[in-house]
Amino acid sequence: MIDSSVVLNGQTIAYTLYAIAVLLFMAWFGIKITSEGKAGVLKTKFFIILVIILTIIGVSLHITTSATIPWVTIDLNRGDYTPDKSFEITIVDHEFKLPEDKLTAKVGELVLFDVKTEDLTYGFGVFREDNSMVCQMQVVPGHRNDLLWKFEKPGKYTIRSTEYSGPKGHKMILKDVLVITE
Amino acid sequence: MSFKDTFLNGEKGLFKPDGLTPMQKLALRFVVTGVLFYGLSAIEGMIMRMYAIAPIPGINAEHYFAILTAHPLVGIFGSSYSIVFGAFLFLVPFLMKKPLWSIKLGNWSFILVTFGTLTFWGAGFIAHYAPLYTLYWPLPADFSQFGPVGGAIFILGIALVMVGTLCFVINIFKTISYTPEGHEKVDGKAMFWSAVGFRWKESIFRKKSKREENLTSLPIAAIARGTVDTALNAGIITFTGVLILVYMVAAIFGHSLENTAIDALLYKNWFWWGLDLIADGLVLIFVAGTWYLLAMLITGKDLYMARIARLALWVEMVVSWTVWSHHLLSDQAQPAILKIVSGELVTAFELITQGLAFFITLITLWSARPLKMTNPLKFLLGGLLGFGLAVPAGIIQADIGLNRILHNTQWIIGPHVHVAILVGLTMTLYSAIYYLLPILTNGAELYSQKLANWHFWLHLIGGVGMGAFMGMAGLKGMLRRTIYYEGEYSIYMILAGLAGSLLLISFLLFLYNVVMTVGVKGLIGIYQPAKLKTDALLPEQQAAE
Repeated sequence: MIDSSVVLNGQTIAYTLYAIAVLLFMAWFGIKITSEGKAGVLKTKFFIILVIILTIIGVSLHITTSATIPWVTIDLNRGDYTPDKSFEITIVDHEFKLPEDKLTAKVGELVLFDVKTEDLTYGFGVFREDNSMVCQMQVVPGHRNDLLWKFEKPGKYTIRSTEYSGPKGHKMILKDVLVITE
Repeated sequence: MSFKDTFLNGEKGLFKPDGLTPMQKLALRFVVTGVLFYGLSAIEGMIMRMYAIAPIPGINAEHYFAILTAHPLVGIFGSSYSIVFGAFLFLVPFLMKKPLWSIKLGNWSFILVTFGTLTFWGAGFIAHYAPLYTLYWPLPADFSQFGPVGGAIFILGIALVMVGTLCFVINIFKTISYTPEGHEKVDGKAMFWSAVGFRWKESIFRKKSKREENLTSLPIAAIARGTVDTALNAGIITFTGVLILVYMVAAIFGHSLENTAIDALLYKNWFWWGLDLIADGLVLIFVAGTWYLLAMLITGKDLYMARIARLALWVEMVVSWTVWSHHLLSDQAQPAILKIVSGELVTAFELITQGLAFFITLITLWSARPLKMTNPLKFLLGGLLGFGLAVPAGIIQADIGLNRILHNTQWIIGPHVHVAILVGLTMTLYSAIYYLLPILTNGAELYSQKLANWHFWLHLIGGVGMGAFMGMAGLKGMLRRTIYYEGEYSIYMILAGLAGSLLLISFLLFLYNVVMTVGVKGLIGIYQPAKLKTDALLPEQQAAE
């Protein structure tokens, strides 16, 4: 499985290029619309092509990501996988209760995070040492909140709540508690 | 005129509030109050921008999150709703050439929305009730973190806004369907179904030979279809408020209701279904309708592909009822089928419907070139750009794979939400305000075109810039709805803060320009009872009667 930072970098490049293109297009349009020139309307067939392009872009994004982002298949078929390592974590009164002081796993192992909340809705996120996000999920009371993940890089990872659960929630951070080794 | 004279009486003393009709006053009250609430929301936003750089001494976490709770609600209900309600309560009768069904009800809408906003804002400010607008159950009823009394007043404020909203809904649909005295009788039911897009006789899918002409114009259809979502949303929010209020009243009387009696995930689905009627419903529909109307007014031409545009508005309305699941892509218990169908595929339709609105507006404008770069036109282009940037950003996060690494980051709230609201929606509303200003003020002249130009550029650069820097921080893992104490993202947040300050400056320039246009006496006069006793929209129509 590729590291999620690769996907983030790809998205950054794609959206930046798109944003620049839209900005330039609107600037061009603003200049042209106030200049002398032929005023016409788009032919119907080109308009239909435009609709088809929009439809293809809208749908192809999801087809592309489901085919290229490996955690999508794992996530949608979690019941079919047997994890190499499982961590049962409980959250109560804005505190994570871990099964051990340090959670350890190896690169390439399929890790299950099974997180339960006894009171509020929280979030569960795993972050790299540079604060970038590896993955996250919501933690909802009364339901199973399970996330399967394969780590591609060794290092120390931080767990923090990614959902607002009242003013106390922003301190729900366990620094470097997840250790991934080669 | 001296500065003092202009400040008191407006540019060249042209604005005379005594000459306004009750309808003009109603629209102006809504718009001016909405602009002032925008200012309040902008100040709150700036406080939060500063807090994101480094927590501000004197504002503790409880207070910060109370601001974070009030900020979007003041922005949506106090500002956007007020401006939209004022504009549409004027435009529907204006376009249909008949009086508003009830000016009195319109004024009640104004009073309820304004005082409701002040009530929930005040309750949040004093009591620090801060479950955020998402209200994930059982957080709003967690009385170990929030006091029930402050919370009950907060909910009461929201309820007042919702009652005001329902008054608006009734007024809009009644105005569309009723026959005023002395007018030719119209079939009210047929008008209603035509407006909301369920009149089969005029359906685009009917044979051309059997198809009847649309009874309502395209802008009226847009307003009506957005109003359907407004009504549904008001119902959901009111129900939710009553539910929370029951828990609060019980707590005030010393009875603790079991807070797990409500299924948290079901509640979350219910809440997001309702909230998306705003975010993915009425905002997009009202905006598309406003683009079409402005494009037609600016160019004086018919809308390009008007039938397709009408159909797209209908699709947008139906789509808005079925897209809520994109907010629950990170909820592992949410059924996968809902994530894929509602969260991904139906949501992707918004790219199509909003993309069509974007191109239909541009092509209509192009058909009339060369156009003069007026204030309405330049702000309209800004609004189009905003949605051109923000909608694809939303489609990206409404993806099962990408949501896993984007949910609740600054990406969501920056390039998607704030660019959509500040650049897309607000610039569209500014375009309408600049267009309506001379109509609503009986020909008041703008004090300074130079200030209007500064308003445009600072707002555009500030809005796009702030969204961009927030988005960059989000891609580096910065979460929303939290506090960072160690300056982890300070470079991005300083840049976002600088961009945010441009937004605030642009607003202050706009406000100054408006005050100098109508004068302080004029502003006060808007809120005084109308001296003209007429249900006509404009004074010349009264004269014609």
